[in-house]
Amino acid sequence: MMATTPENPVWTGANRPPLRLHVPQPPARPGEAPNFSALEIPAVDAGHRPDPDTPAAQMQGHAFGLVRVLDLDGTASGPWDPQVSPETALAMLRAMALTRAFDDRMFRAQRQGKTSFYMKSLGEEAVSIAAAFALDDADMLFPSYRQQGLLIARDHDLVDMMNQIYSNRADRMKGRQLPIMYSVKAKGFFSISGNLATQLPQAVGWAMASAARGDTRIAAAWLGEGSTAEGDFHSACTFASVYRAPVILNVVNNQWAISSFSGMAGGDETTFAARGLGYGIATLRVDGNDVLAVLAATRWAAERARGNHGPTMIEHVTYRAEGHSTSDDPSAYRSAGEAAAWPLGDPLTRLKDHLIKQGHWDEDRHATMLAEVMEQVRTAQKASERYGILGHGFNQPLDTMFEGVFEQMPWHLAEQEAQMLAEWRAAGLPDIKREEPGA
Amino acid sequence: MTMIQAINDALDVAMQRDDTVTVMGEDVGYFGGVFRATAGLQAKYGTSRVFDTPISECGIIGVAIGMGAYGLRPVPEIQFADYIYPALDQLVSEAARLRYRSAGEFTAPLTLRSPFGGGIFGGQTHSQSPEGIFTHCSGLKTVIPSTPYDAKGLLIASIEDNDPVLFFEPKRLYNGPFHGHYDRPAKGWAGHPDAKVPEGHYRVEIGKARVVREGSDLTILTYGTMVHVVASTLDELEDAPKAELIDLRSLIPLDIETIEASVKKTGRCLIVHEATRTSGFGAELSALVQERCFHHLEAPVQRVTGFDTPYPHALEWAYFPGPVRLAQAFKQIMKD
Repeated sequence: MMATTPENPVWTGANRPPLRLHVPQPPARPGEAPNFSALEIPAVDAGHRPDPDTPAAQMQGHAFGLVRVLDLDGTASGPWDPQVSPETALAMLRAMALTRAFDDRMFRAQRQGKTSFYMKSLGEEAVSIAAAFALDDADMLFPSYRQQGLLIARDHDLVDMMNQIYSNRADRMKGRQLPIMYSVKAKGFFSISGNLATQLPQAVGWAMASAARGDTRIAAAWLGEGSTAEGDFHSACTFASVYRAPVILNVVNNQWAISSFSGMAGGDETTFAARGLGYGIATLRVDGNDVLAVLAATRWAAERARGNHGPTMIEHVTYRAEGHSTSDDPSAYRSAGEAAAWPLGDPLTRLKDHLIKQGHWDEDRHATMLAEVMEQVRTAQKASERYGILGHGFNQPLDTMFEGVFEQMPWHLAEQEAQMLAEWRAAGLPDIKREEPGA
Repeated sequence: MTMIQAINDALDVAMQRDDTVTVMGEDVGYFGGVFRATAGLQAKYGTSRVFDTPISECGIIGVAIGMGAYGLRPVPEIQFADYIYPALDQLVSEAARLRYRSAGEFTAPLTLRSPFGGGIFGGQTHSQSPEGIFTHCSGLKTVIPSTPYDAKGLLIASIEDNDPVLFFEPKRLYNGPFHGHYDRPAKGWAGHPDAKVPEGHYRVEIGKARVVREGSDLTILTYGTMVHVVASTLDELEDAPKAELIDLRSLIPLDIETIEASVKKTGRCLIVHEATRTSGFGAELSALVQERCFHHLEAPVQRVTGFDTPYPHALEWAYFPGPVRLAQAFKQIMKD
């Protein structure tokens, strides 16, 4: 025990200063002015682009910096400038606009009672779109529920996505899943689960399998900053590091996990990117509203993975501009002005300004493009609604409920199916017959 | 062969036949497993197919699901069933539902091997029988062998099955059958008829029970270590009922036909398992027998199970459903 001296008073009992529990609070609540003063935004050319085989331990700067290409005035420059062709930039712009139009339309469909639920990705479109453009189509994606842009950038059929949202007759998931929990194997898009962060170790396992088989494909996974608090995140990081799995772990830091601000996930004390360093994972922190920066960072990570140099963690600093879901009202917990005050702006506007500045685009063509993607979504919606909407009741034959629990149906499920159908008929309710989608 | 040798042989056979079969878990690689179940496999098949993992059950199962989605057939080991809980979310929310939620686009053809059960002075965290937690989850199969012959055939069938299988290995039976008396010398598998294990590939079908011995007085439904404890107790007792002993071998899917036929013949049913009683798998068995055989029953269906306490260390032999408890149960059910 330490001796009591005038220099070292040993306080005891009630004389000790009381401990205090620290519960982080966001910088602004409803009725208060938005406050993003804690977000440091370095100059575009502040960070260098290391070689993709750089050891993780030498990437401290990138865990606390911010990879940027597009200045807020629309100029692209710096060591990370991916030098994309105007065609590629315009394709990304269009994919972002299409994602936003899709979100708008489906959000409204939920409000109209056509389906039960929807989640927008407003303000975060660059995170998904740029990643899809940086990866090969054969690379496997393990998304969370806010990466619909991946499917759109991979040109997946909008009608198929809407069929899932409506749980209609043509829904390939047979109405089993909550809207937006897509599964599109043909596009390398893994089945979305409602349980947060579970897809991270799965992506690592997929990547390990690819490596074990001597394949050349890599995996990428996404989760929000709130979900990094899950144990699966830790497991995934450990396994990714131990086996040098060819995987990209994307943390989408949109500042909010429903009503909890990022400080509640540990974001006040350090960056989310910095967590990667502790695992020995190469780490990049990126301006998530800068589509060129996300593209450049993802290409870097993909090159690292393909060269057997191991995993990369990318923190995308962005802002969830809309409510968490159609069941959420963000005005109850955050400043109403936050989305407009977000210092990294809007990803769509920033790329548009850049293309206009370069002379590849103008306001007229932009307005025409926005009208085109809106029409594309509207056409898809009409086509999808022909297969039915959730708001009109069951769209699946009742017996599909029992299929696919196992590869072959065991007797106990067959009995329960027969019981359900008997109950239904005894109540005088109509059987819903099997029919082909579109019949 | 011992059960451990049979399991090792099953893994070897499965890996030989299908190069997507991949073994992973804590200490399973170079060392060959804390129970030697994976001995020699890494040397034979290489580190890409047999590898050690970090101590993370969530990671082991999460990674195995991802490997399955890629197209491999992973056989992860959880060192003790008592340590399966950190992987519960990955098993229940992911592996069990992947086929259903993706309408068959993705599947989880993994076989989780895990030593389970008590009778080894394992205390609270080396003795549990958590099968009831998993039989409650739709989408998971649960398989439990009681002999070396079944262990090999069922494990090969589990690995080749396209659904996720929990393969619980009664560690009390790894080296020999168990008569239920902790204070008598242990027997080895040598010379036991069920320890004759064929070479090469064979399967024991999942979902089929084994009638260990036929009888007319009473049906006993059990699995794992208790198959041997019950058999040996019946042999030891002079006034033992002529019991029909059924080793279920697979809990999900369950062989309801064999159970129903037997209880309708005998009119009495005793259910025996090591796991705790309340909401255990015995409750499901009891309900099924009551629903399906009600008019044939001459006595209430009874259960001899572990008590609803954590698994104790010093008082293990008062807890374990061994010969003392079984003898009383036989008397009671025949009197009822």
